Amino acid sequence: MLYDIFYSLPISLSSFFCLTAMLLGALVPKNRSNIVMPYATIGLAIVFTFAALLWGRNGTAFNSMITTGMYPSFFDMLFSASGILVMIAARPYLQRMNWEFDEFYILILFAVSGMILMAHANHLLIVFIGIEVMSISFYVLSAYMRNQILSVESGLKYFLLGAFSTGFLLYGMALVYGATGGKMEYSAIRAAVSYGAQMPSLLLAGTGLIIIGLSFKVSAFPFHVWSPDVYQGAPTIVTAFMSTGGKAAAFAAFIQLSSVLIPNGGPDSTKLTYLLAMLSAASMLYGNIAACAQQNVKRLLAYSSIAQAGYMMIGIVSGTGRGTSGIMFYLGAYLFTQIGAFIVVSALEHEYGKQLEFSDYAGLAKRHPLLAGVMSLFMFSLLGLPPFAIFFGKYYLFMAAIEAGYTWLALVGILASLISAYFYLGLIVAMYFRSHETGEIHAAQPGMSGVTIAIAVAGVIFLGLVPAAVLRITGVLM
Amino acid sequence: MLLATLFAPLVGALALLLVSRDAKKALKYTSLTVSVVAFLFGLATLLNFDHANPNMQMLTMQGWIPSLDAGFRIGVDGMSVLFIFLTALTIPVVILAGFDSIKSQEKEFYVLILLLEFGVIGIFAALDTFLFYVFFELILIPMYFLIGIWGGERKTFAALKFFIYTMFGSLVMLIGLIWLGYYVQQTTGHFTTNLLLLREIAPTIPLDTQKWMFFAFMLAFCIKVPLFPVHTWLPDVQSEAPLVGTVVVGAVLFKIGIYGLIRFGLEMFPQSSFEYAKVMCALGAAAVIYGAMLAIVQTDIRRLASFALVSSLGTMVMGVFSMTPEGVQGAIIQTFNHGLSVTGLFLCLGMLTERRGTTLLADYGGIAKVMPIFAVFFAISLFSLVGLPGLNGFVGEYLLLLGTFRSPFLNNWTFGILGATTGVFVAIYMLKLYNDICFGGFKNDDSASMSDLTTKELAMLIPATILMIWIGIYPSTFMRFSEESTKALVGKLEIAKFGKTNYTETLKKLHKAPAAESEAHETHKGH
Repeated sequence: MLYDIFYSLPISLSSFFCLTAMLLGALVPKNRSNIVMPYATIGLAIVFTFAALLWGRNGTAFNSMITTGMYPSFFDMLFSASGILVMIAARPYLQRMNWEFDEFYILILFAVSGMILMAHANHLLIVFIGIEVMSISFYVLSAYMRNQILSVESGLKYFLLGAFSTGFLLYGMALVYGATGGKMEYSAIRAAVSYGAQMPSLLLAGTGLIIIGLSFKVSAFPFHVWSPDVYQGAPTIVTAFMSTGGKAAAFAAFIQLSSVLIPNGGPDSTKLTYLLAMLSAASMLYGNIAACAQQNVKRLLAYSSIAQAGYMMIGIVSGTGRGTSGIMFYLGAYLFTQIGAFIVVSALEHEYGKQLEFSDYAGLAKRHPLLAGVMSLFMFSLLGLPPFAIFFGKYYLFMAAIEAGYTWLALVGILASLISAYFYLGLIVAMYFRSHETGEIHAAQPGMSGVTIAIAVAGVIFLGLVPAAVLRITGVLM
Repeated sequence: MLLATLFAPLVGALALLLVSRDAKKALKYTSLTVSVVAFLFGLATLLNFDHANPNMQMLTMQGWIPSLDAGFRIGVDGMSVLFIFLTALTIPVVILAGFDSIKSQEKEFYVLILLLEFGVIGIFAALDTFLFYVFFELILIPMYFLIGIWGGERKTFAALKFFIYTMFGSLVMLIGLIWLGYYVQQTTGHFTTNLLLLREIAPTIPLDTQKWMFFAFMLAFCIKVPLFPVHTWLPDVQSEAPLVGTVVVGAVLFKIGIYGLIRFGLEMFPQSSFEYAKVMCALGAAAVIYGAMLAIVQTDIRRLASFALVSSLGTMVMGVFSMTPEGVQGAIIQTFNHGLSVTGLFLCLGMLTERRGTTLLADYGGIAKVMPIFAVFFAISLFSLVGLPGLNGFVGEYLLLLGTFRSPFLNNWTFGILGATTGVFVAIYMLKLYNDICFGGFKNDDSASMSDLTTKELAMLIPATILMIWIGIYPSTFMRFSEESTKALVGKLEIAKFGKTNYTETLKKLHKAPAAESEAHETHKGH
């Protein structure tokens, strides 16, 4: 029992900090309430440290309800890092919007603890609880600016569609439970599936529904419809968090569940893998093609995140250790790049929902050479140019695809990358090759968010130049 | 030395970032100094190079990404060392050319030029496919900005066209690279990107598989060359890029393509090269004629020059795929020559347009009267392109045609004859160009007031001109560097195809897979 508690410290610690932060927010007088944000940041830093310390303690705890060890530890670090980066950058943004409340930081803590639960899950119920904790926090965070119609709309849309998709997920889980003869724990389900389920058609239906539910969470085509509107309407800082931490958490669950429900050599594995490959190809193409038409930077990044989810799904399709470690690397690279890009957007956003169009970015290179330079760096990374972080993730995933015999998927991937050059470069064209024409110009005040941006830049370059540092971590899993 | 040549520009670029953007003089002279230092390192590399040895030299083998067996592996043979030297030689001239013509965002300009130099030298030095790809893509970024920021009216379009064109090629190549590494994984048990190892194994891949890899690589390099019919980005880029960008494309970038054809075409995939040599040569011949035809009818100087480039690149591709020592060496020396002549020519054209702001032929005429010194330098550059004996162009042209005629692989005179037409065409459009610009009456009153070359402009033109004459009279100063490496390459090809070769002496000098020992060394370092 003691060991169980010790090895699952990231889970318990993150929940502990959620609850105490809430108390702190309630007890400390309002005029001195700026203590919650540092408290939450330090809390996440502690979670991060413990996740790193518990590295390598592979095993299960609490009657095999949760797993511990490298895989969840990597994700714990990823989630807490994204939480920390976002919280540092959130303060100047919220203050500029004149809407800073402690609840914001507490909700982020809650979301992180939900994500951590998802990564640790070894049981269908645990993963479901994790998804719900995270998603509910996201619904509220999207609607956080409740005086802004866009934000409220985004929250409502996310909530309705999210609840619907959760229904799919839960129904799928129930079917799997029935089909495998009452199994909820991952290894038991895997064994049952490989052995041949009692009711194969129920299992197939259940797996399909779970894939749909998770595809919604990672915003893969055709279950992506919510993401552009939600990403655009939600406060930029929240979008930064949802599109990185949230996506990483969804993938943490997706990787696990797909290896459980679609084991190599399982009855329907060829069919289902093919289905996943189609989803991946469609997401890459659709996300990038649709992004070409966008004039709003947030929407552009939202569509591009659909495509990025498509790239990451290549790793799930390949179903190999290389694929898994490729997704994990990609998620790390994507975290720095995407958070960095959104924080630059948030630093330029002077009023809520304004200064987000391409025309507002025209001539940025002259006004803010540093911000423009950093933003182009993020765009080049998203585009997958070396020596930036995401390039290496793509390289690894394409490698996994070719290895697994999915060369056509890698070819679709390069075609999609080529299309994406158009809009990623389009933003650079605006920033560097055009000059500002209409409207007033507000000077950006990055403030503390400069710290996040600097860390993101360092991460993008470091992961690009020394990918071995992270691969040594993710590669252990192979 | 090689490391110093490679990293000097990068260090310089990073140092420039620290210089304030208002200190324009400091920016200019720091970048010039850095590029000259890089050139001196390049010269030292050339002098230290043992040209009697056909193996890779000055190797640096350093582990990087163990799971891919990717490493920081660099080294040079006789071919790449020449490419590196010329690149290092061109960049100071480009920077000097930028002094007057770049009037905004100077800081970015110099940083980008040095980054570009870093990338291009890296491409020639890389002995690891992963590293090679990183450098190959790295140069896209500076090129994109060079065209896009300082370019002409349709700069955004030209920059995007260039970027998407080249990125398409390189992404296809990426798949080829991964596939190749994966093939090695299937035969030897682990994935690798070590070029020294790959070039031992790649020729053993059966033709059915090999040809697809060959296509993937050739697509990337033909776009880079650019070879007909994927040359269409060139005229747009050449006419929209700033003068310095034009020089970079004309003197540096296309070398990457030719180098790639040799390194990744002939060396890695010999069987496919035999199989498709005729196709490549036919495309080359088509480029020669098509480019020349278009060059003759152009009314814009820059577009004319860019179609001339397409045309002469055709002969180089034919030389490479003749797979004879003359042809390959001719191609290498011709890229060298062409770089020089094109630099000279574009610098001259740039000086004209600087003075007048127009690139239409119709606006010039009678310039020789007001700018006599200019007319001399312009003539030397032009004649070197035309292939006048005594100037560098003749040497390269002669070798290329000789190689194409004598090639046992092509075994067909048609290609040689088609290639030889280039001599006629080039004379037509180049002499027409010279005639239109320098002779006749003034077609525009502004011409009368044009001033002759300044000292700075002379400083740009003289080094290139000296080299043109030097190579024209005594080419072996440079050609001896690539001789042994070329013979080794052709020797291997001939053995693969005919089972015998005249270059057995050279082949004996080759080490068998130096990769094995470096491997042990690396694993040692990796842990």
